[in-house]
Amino acid sequence: MREYFRNTWLGIYTVLVGMKITFKHLFTPAVTIQYPEVKLKLPERERNRLYVNMDDCIGCDQCSRACPVNCIEIETVKSIPGEDLGVTSNGKKKALWVTKFNIDFAKCCYCQLCVFPCPTECIYMTDVFEFSEYNRNDLIYKFATLTEEEAKEKRINFEKFTAEKEAQKTAAAAKLKEDQKTAS
Amino acid sequence: MTIKTEQMVLNMGPQHPSTHGVLRLELEIEGELVKKVTPHLGYLHRCFEKHAEAMQYNQVVPYTDRLDYLAAIGNNFGYALAVEKLLGIEVPERVEYIRVIMAELQRIASHLVAIGSNGADIGALTPFLYLFRDREYILNIIEETCGARMLYNYIWIGGLSHDIHPDFIRKTKEFCNYFKPTIVELDNLLSYNKIFIERTANIGVLPVDTAINFGASGPTLRGSGIKFDLRKDDPYSIYDRFNFEIPTGKGLMGTIGDCWDRYYVRIREMEQSLKIIEQAIDNIPNGDVQSAIPKRIKPPKGTVYKRIENPRGELGYFIISDGTVNPFRVKVRAPSFVNLEVLGELCKGYLVADVIAILGSIDIVLGEVDR
Amino acid sequence: MYEYFYELTGNTILSTLIVAIFPLLNVLIVALIGVYLERKVSARIQDRIGPNRTGPFGLFQTIADFVKMLQKEDATAKDIDSKLYNIAPVLVFTGSFAVYAAIPFSSKLIGSEVEVGLFYVIAISSLVVGGILMAGWASNNKYSLLGAMRSAAQIISYEIPTAIIVLSIVMITGTLSLDKISNMQTAYFWNWNILGGAEFGLTKFLLIPFMIVGFIIIFISTLAEVNRTPFDIPEAESELVAGYFTEYCGMKWAMFMLSEYGNMFAVSAIVSILFFGGYHSPIGYLGNSLGIEWLIPFEQAFWFLAKGWTFILIQIWLRWTLPRLRVDQLMSLCWKYLIPYAFVNLIVIGIILLL
Repeated sequence: MREYFRNTWLGIYTVLVGMKITFKHLFTPAVTIQYPEVKLKLPERERNRLYVNMDDCIGCDQCSRACPVNCIEIETVKSIPGEDLGVTSNGKKKALWVTKFNIDFAKCCYCQLCVFPCPTECIYMTDVFEFSEYNRNDLIYKFATLTEEEAKEKRINFEKFTAEKEAQKTAAAAKLKEDQKTAS
Repeated sequence: MTIKTEQMVLNMGPQHPSTHGVLRLELEIEGELVKKVTPHLGYLHRCFEKHAEAMQYNQVVPYTDRLDYLAAIGNNFGYALAVEKLLGIEVPERVEYIRVIMAELQRIASHLVAIGSNGADIGALTPFLYLFRDREYILNIIEETCGARMLYNYIWIGGLSHDIHPDFIRKTKEFCNYFKPTIVELDNLLSYNKIFIERTANIGVLPVDTAINFGASGPTLRGSGIKFDLRKDDPYSIYDRFNFEIPTGKGLMGTIGDCWDRYYVRIREMEQSLKIIEQAIDNIPNGDVQSAIPKRIKPPKGTVYKRIENPRGELGYFIISDGTVNPFRVKVRAPSFVNLEVLGELCKGYLVADVIAILGSIDIVLGEVDR
Repeated sequence: MYEYFYELTGNTILSTLIVAIFPLLNVLIVALIGVYLERKVSARIQDRIGPNRTGPFGLFQTIADFVKMLQKEDATAKDIDSKLYNIAPVLVFTGSFAVYAAIPFSSKLIGSEVEVGLFYVIAISSLVVGGILMAGWASNNKYSLLGAMRSAAQIISYEIPTAIIVLSIVMITGTLSLDKISNMQTAYFWNWNILGGAEFGLTKFLLIPFMIVGFIIIFISTLAEVNRTPFDIPEAESELVAGYFTEYCGMKWAMFMLSEYGNMFAVSAIVSILFFGGYHSPIGYLGNSLGIEWLIPFEQAFWFLAKGWTFILIQIWLRWTLPRLRVDQLMSLCWKYLIPYAFVNLIVIGIILLL
């Protein structure tokens, strides 16, 4: 019997306690913000969309190898002597034409593993997080600064250069053989 | 005389408001009485263990985030400890302290979700939102230090990805002060509410021997009254330096090991986590957090098993190394997976509404169950 | 009201329809504002902002939702019993709307002044059970079926404590007419039934505690009758997805929603008539003191709506505070707690009245 009245009392009392708490909250200011209009200031270490500063990229492929989901695709073409690619901001001499530097943000897992190995600190994470697209292919970001024709040209140049070198080499080898023949 | 009714199979999930993700429960019910529960898993299977075999050791860390996505720091922590043991690395003091503080912050954040969703399953939606508001403070603190809100990739093998933010210590202290009164408020609003007690006390009683036989761990085991916490019983990192208690279920509102006990253990654990943070936060030594990170991780041949106390229980990593840069095998002992197996035992003879309450009190994360 | 239009038009059907428009408007407004308030109050309680995009302070949010609901395709599952499925929402709405026929909004705005208004209200509101059972059965969905079974058990059980408390009020007032019960509590708030009724004397003071108990019991049991938290188990969102209307969408779903809010106002109105003086002002009328006769009915309507809305706000407040009960606990609350208390209350009130 005592249990019965205790239950009744507890039932009413605890409900009233809860109601008091929620009533207090009725007048506390909201903690949410009006998102598209008001935006929180993101901390400077925010890890969102990657950005590649191509002026500094030397095409070393280290970020691509560090990526656990293989979302970075890099293709490079060696420069031929006489071409000046400039230097990066921390004084490294560039030696490769970066013909392709694609990051697929549909795959990217924002783990920041690609940022640390970069020798020139040219790949980093920004605080941009609103970049949704209707088409998945639009999430492939192309960072390479060379146009397709330029890239083709560089490739042909390089091929020509290697072919010439090869020809020189074979010619030199042939000459050497010839010389040896004549000598003997 | 008993009235026999026709048995009915009720499919709860994978799309259901309170199966915590994509769990599918096959309930055999007579009226509202549950006769048998069969959980069907695998809707979130992502081949973590197979993936890890193709990755280098440090590349696995972001994948571990996605196991128990509510307690990602704990997952990183366990994996890092396992590989460090394999490599034989000693990490600097500063790293140890920061790891412990982060793991405890994460434990509070994870328990907040567990408690909140347990309440929301029973119908109290307001405490759920209050708890998410508090969780936001923790996420902001961690975000400031490592840049991510949920999937941190923060604890690396041999170190940390970033040193703590200059504001970290101040904000953590502020959080500790802010959080204590909200626990009291939560107790008044939900824990001691008569309806909530009626719904959870004496429901889903997990006897001690069943809990041990099923290998349950974490709050599910401690709710049954066993003082087993790896932070005390198998101290890893620097947990042996801190003074804290292990709350256990005492059956305050009903039987030992009921839903309310499991729920209450979580609340008291949050208090203990605050205690650890307060002890650690002032003693962080100076140092470089990345000094011990090996340039190239190539452990010697061998196997290692390392277990830590994640918010949901004993999280273990078993790693076989064949001497190359990729692990030969990574096996995860996922606490949610093991705890979920108890569900079938717990739900027998209760009503459909109790299944929800019991599932909420076990607190599973499907990312970890299915891996 | 009805007589007035009857004299004006001379046609029974026409005048009935005209009189019926007022409560219908009231139901629609209650649903529109009720849903808005529910969202806004819940948001404030949960430290959020709530709807604020559609119109000033988000006032048009429910209207926008209503328009969306109208446009929706009437998608139905394959194996439903389509006849029952289509009738059910109508029946549920009829049940909750028919209650308004006997509710006096003010001394001039009464659908029909039936002598047995209270009896009629209790009887006609049971029609809802039929509709809910139909909806649950016809949907051919296990969640719906479970929800319907729970709902039927719940509504039928909770009618008993309601009826007992109503009986004790009837013992005091000696009438079943809602209008007469309101009129007995006229003038000032100390004449309200919750404060012992209009007759001044020892009985009044003896009655007060028992009337408060009676009010609490009837408030709890009416909460259960309209499926509000903590008694919303028929539609328990986290267990049964949406209970008996899981399979409904579009306008049919809106009918259920409409009847829920219509019911909320109806039970609030009945509680306020039984215990809080109905449409009568607690502090006297402005029309009386100014000598403007025609102002009084409007004031009465205002007080009536104000009292109804107060109870709706309390219902919303409760909903966002409490967890929900389990189905067997719901029954034990009714049979083990409310009914015994109500019985004792009834007997004590009877003894007091004999004094």
